[in-house]
Amino acid sequence: MAMGVGFYANQARALHAQALRPPGALAEEQFLAACTRCGLCVRDCPYDTLKLARPGDPVPTGTPYFTARAIPCEMCEDIPCIRNCPSGALDPKLSDISDARMGLAALVDHETCLNFLGLRCDVCYRVCPAIDKAITLDSIHNTRSDRHAMLLPTVHSEHCTGCGICEKACVLPEAAIKVLPPALAQGKLGEHYRKGWEERKKHGGSLIGEQVEFPVRGLEGRAYGDTRVGDVPMPPPADELPSEGPGGASGLNSRWRP
Amino acid sequence: MEALSRASGLPGRPGQDAVAAKGWLAAHKWLLLRRVSQLGILGLFLIGPWFGIWIIKGNLSSSLTLEVLPLTDPFVLLQMLAAGFAPAATALLGALIVAAFYLLVGGRVFCSWVCPVNMITDAAAWARRRCGIKSGHAPDVRTRYWLLLGVFIAAAVTGAQAWEWINPVSLAHRGLLFGMGAGLWALLALFLFDFLVASRGWCGHLCPMGAFYRLLGQTALLRVAAPARAACDDCMDCFAVCPEPQVIRPALKKAGQESPIIYSADCTTCGRCVDVCGKQVFRLTHRFDQRSSS
Repeated sequence: MAMGVGFYANQARALHAQALRPPGALAEEQFLAACTRCGLCVRDCPYDTLKLARPGDPVPTGTPYFTARAIPCEMCEDIPCIRNCPSGALDPKLSDISDARMGLAALVDHETCLNFLGLRCDVCYRVCPAIDKAITLDSIHNTRSDRHAMLLPTVHSEHCTGCGICEKACVLPEAAIKVLPPALAQGKLGEHYRKGWEERKKHGGSLIGEQVEFPVRGLEGRAYGDTRVGDVPMPPPADELPSEGPGGASGLNSRWRP
Repeated sequence: MEALSRASGLPGRPGQDAVAAKGWLAAHKWLLLRRVSQLGILGLFLIGPWFGIWIIKGNLSSSLTLEVLPLTDPFVLLQMLAAGFAPAATALLGALIVAAFYLLVGGRVFCSWVCPVNMITDAAAWARRRCGIKSGHAPDVRTRYWLLLGVFIAAAVTGAQAWEWINPVSLAHRGLLFGMGAGLWALLALFLFDFLVASRGWCGHLCPMGAFYRLLGQTALLRVAAPARAACDDCMDCFAVCPEPQVIRPALKKAGQESPIIYSADCTTCGRCVDVCGKQVFRLTHRFDQRSSS
């Protein structure tokens, strides 16, 4: 019977994706070994954020969790939930709440996020306790209207504590930004991946030296790499050259006319 | 034990002689004190969330009294260790305090004076007596030790406190303090099991937590004794109410021992035998009290 319970416990181990552990919680495997299920963290939470899972909840019975969309973590500077934890399931070494990693916010729905629709909602960005660090607004061209910018909320895992205030504040009936366990929210680059532009900056120049630039047939006279077609003023036939000189066709043209 | 017929009292109502001899209050003294203890401890926990008076925070698994005294259930702590986690000093200290108390006073004193499930299983035992249910099958009394072993093996294998997922004791106490949820059905099932299937089935045969506290209480000081055993008229009322009836005979009938002390750590020191005995055979005393009328 007890072994059966053990296997059941093993199956139930994966924490529900929308249930977040208190700040400083050990990794889930360790947490389930350590937590006494006493609820002292729940009692010491001044915002009633934390709950102890009841039998039937999608979280191991008796362990503390919170749901960001209901009540997010307000990131108290003195972290009272950790103070009285008897076992160390909430790590007492966490002294700066901005080092907490309760989860990771992810803008999961690009179809409904108002900023992705080209509007200026910005609410998740504005409420973020680590504004301009954990969430930034990244500007890109709005190709639909062709005359506006879209300011896309972008989460930076380096600074996001997973407090869930953004998810709570999202104005949509169902939040487009959600706090998830990092393993669900994050992709991972291949170990061998290097970002050329970063390596170049580190190195102070291209690592492979200057590249040989071959002429591209039909695009002679353009700046190297400019392969645009259409209205771009084509250089006159080679025999009529040169009146403008190369590089005369540079610059973006959205083709918008008032 | 139910098979033994009762020489006095109405069927299913042991203690009639005692009420006649001592009066109702004296015939329920230890029962009432025990309920005061159980409800009082629960009340100390509950006045926090209910009225904002924080004397004790937490629950029976681990708590903090008046912001200074940490207490941790040693049974939970051992599961933590079995699961491979080295707990912080607070939990260790808390568990040592609790273990020292039960080691000294009486292991299963926890079962009858503190545990919230005791009220459920007592109610089931009472209902069983009143309804005259004698049928059913109780698992072997050693099952609890196998379960206790299983609890620690499960913790070691899964690396988690697996038993605490379903432990009815912590489930009941935590439920009352933090929200019961579906735990209510588990406790109802427990009641029905004790009521219909197995007499004293949970506390006396299965509960690994009770088994743990029993092992802790091998040398405990607080004991029930039968100093006036010469006056025993074999009414069997004490056997009828005792949650662990096998512990009475050695002391009462000198079966294998001269001493009037009930030495078996199975005894929960509930004192109900003291209450229901019309001849005042039993009393609560310490381990070394060898006074006896015979």
